[in-house]
Amino acid sequence: MAITEYVHRKEQFAPPMVRTSKLLFSYNTDRTFNYPDLEVKAGEPLAITGKSGCGKTTLLHLLAGLLSPAGGSVWINDSDLAKMTSARLDAFRGQRIGIVFQRPHFIQSLSVKDNILAAPYFSGKKIDAAQLQYTAAELGIAHLLHRMPSSLSIGEQQRASIGRAIMHLPALVLADEPTSSLDDENCHEVIHLLTQLCSERKAALIVVTHDDRVKRIIQNQVSLL
Amino acid sequence: MTLKIILRNLVYRPTGSLLSVLLLMLSTGIIAMLLQLKHQISHKLDNDLRDIDMVIGAKGSPLQLVLSAVYHADAPTGNINMHEANRALRSPFVESYIPLAYGDSYRGFRIVGSDTNLIAKYQASLADGHLSNAPMEVVLGSAVAQKTELNTGDSLLSQHGEGNKGTTHEAHPYRVVGILNPTNTTIDNLIVTSVQSIWQIHDEHTAQGDTTTTPRQWTAALVKFRSPMGIMMLPRSINENTNLMAAIPSLEVNRLLSLMGMGIATLQAVALAIMVVAAISVFIALYNRLKERKYEHALLRTMGCSRLQLLAMILAEGLVLAIAGFMLGLFLSRMAIVLLNAWSGADFHFTFAYRLLPQEAGLLAVTCFTGILAALIPAIKAFNINLSKSLADA
Repeated sequence: MAITEYVHRKEQFAPPMVRTSKLLFSYNTDRTFNYPDLEVKAGEPLAITGKSGCGKTTLLHLLAGLLSPAGGSVWINDSDLAKMTSARLDAFRGQRIGIVFQRPHFIQSLSVKDNILAAPYFSGKKIDAAQLQYTAAELGIAHLLHRMPSSLSIGEQQRASIGRAIMHLPALVLADEPTSSLDDENCHEVIHLLTQLCSERKAALIVVTHDDRVKRIIQNQVSLL
Repeated sequence: MTLKIILRNLVYRPTGSLLSVLLLMLSTGIIAMLLQLKHQISHKLDNDLRDIDMVIGAKGSPLQLVLSAVYHADAPTGNINMHEANRALRSPFVESYIPLAYGDSYRGFRIVGSDTNLIAKYQASLADGHLSNAPMEVVLGSAVAQKTELNTGDSLLSQHGEGNKGTTHEAHPYRVVGILNPTNTTIDNLIVTSVQSIWQIHDEHTAQGDTTTTPRQWTAALVKFRSPMGIMMLPRSINENTNLMAAIPSLEVNRLLSLMGMGIATLQAVALAIMVVAAISVFIALYNRLKERKYEHALLRTMGCSRLQLLAMILAEGLVLAIAGFMLGLFLSRMAIVLLNAWSGADFHFTFAYRLLPQEAGLLAVTCFTGILAALIPAIKAFNINLSKSLADA
């Protein structure tokens, strides 16, 4: 079964997209981040580039609702993150957002398969075996599902964490420097898989990176100063 | 899945969990065993006490008299004159009494000269044969029949005194005429015959073939009163006015239990101290892993796990440790009872049962509470985790 059939099962919203306006964040009075307005359509990728310390990860955390902004707002599928209670935000994040982190972290005590299935489990979505197998095959980790995460190579781990981020068919996938610890071959593969799988699943993809290898693949870019 | 995460987490780094479970096992095991011993011993003591308001016997220690005449767990205080005893018990307060003449044994089991009322008192029914008040005929308690493998129609030679050191009464074999069903009381371990049998044997034994008889003697008598007033009046008058001693078994048993209670209380205090250490160990096991699992907790939160779910999961880890410790502790206590039965069952003529007590449900509740309490601080720390910071730090 093709993944598009699963995509059709997704709840129908007004055109899914991510939008920010006048986003502002400050850790302290000396240092305030003013972010340019972003807009990403469903199924499209966006690379956010910039030097370290320019607030890329902070922006990603704002988009994921892990931090609340000092001003401005984040809209995902016409829902304003700022207007949500923290419990609602947890549930929303679980259902609509998938995150790929810089270093692939897992729940160490669970197998790769259970780690991937944890995301749909906590967001209350049912995943059937065929869907898991299909996605695992796309990522080339079908043979690794029963291994423990720590026994995987770093490239395999990053592919598995892409699986975890997209398994529950989120509206938005966020990736924080997903390639910084990978060699060229793995880097190319990971970015390729991220863009391809997100576009198949009609998910907006935002990659935060300073990696030139990524910039060459994702054309749509916003640079932070 | 939630359960899987909880359980996998506990076995993923088993060393910390193991220590907690072992400590919980030790403390719940000791407490469960003490609960069982206390309950079963006092139950057993009370059970044998039914319908015995007073015991009379030779002067000496009242506790010894009660232990020897009611529980057959001690040597008699001496013998008493039958006529004097009859005289003393001729009172409107006395409803009935059962004479006991003992001192002989067969392979460690006490032979008690009495009458069929003794068997009726313990509501023992016959498994085989018939009851008898005729001399030189005996009815065996169930445990006696089982251990000695005697059947009705067999005969046995009694020994003077207890244990296996006394002389054998060669000239006077007893004949087994009946075997009783188990009653879970003292009578299971007794060989019951008539008072005449004991007299008959000892007449000639003491007189060495002479025809003169010893004065008619009992060892003790079990007395039932018509009303509680008897307890107020009779024991004091017997103790003051006769050569007999009257003892109130319930009083003596309470004294014995309070002595035992001190020992049990000490052990319970030790067990509770171990429980506290176990709680601390659960706390440390969870708290130590908190730091290394901080990222995992943040990860779970980004996957849609709510704060409360995370809190509940860590509390559940404490709970699972507590339940595992309790189960093993319960098992340990039963193993201890098995050992106790194997070791001392023969000496005390008493085997402990293995059934569950309602107090053990209470112990489970206390253990679970301890486990949850120990997990509370780690759980609250995880509840209050700073998501953004935890994810950025890693």
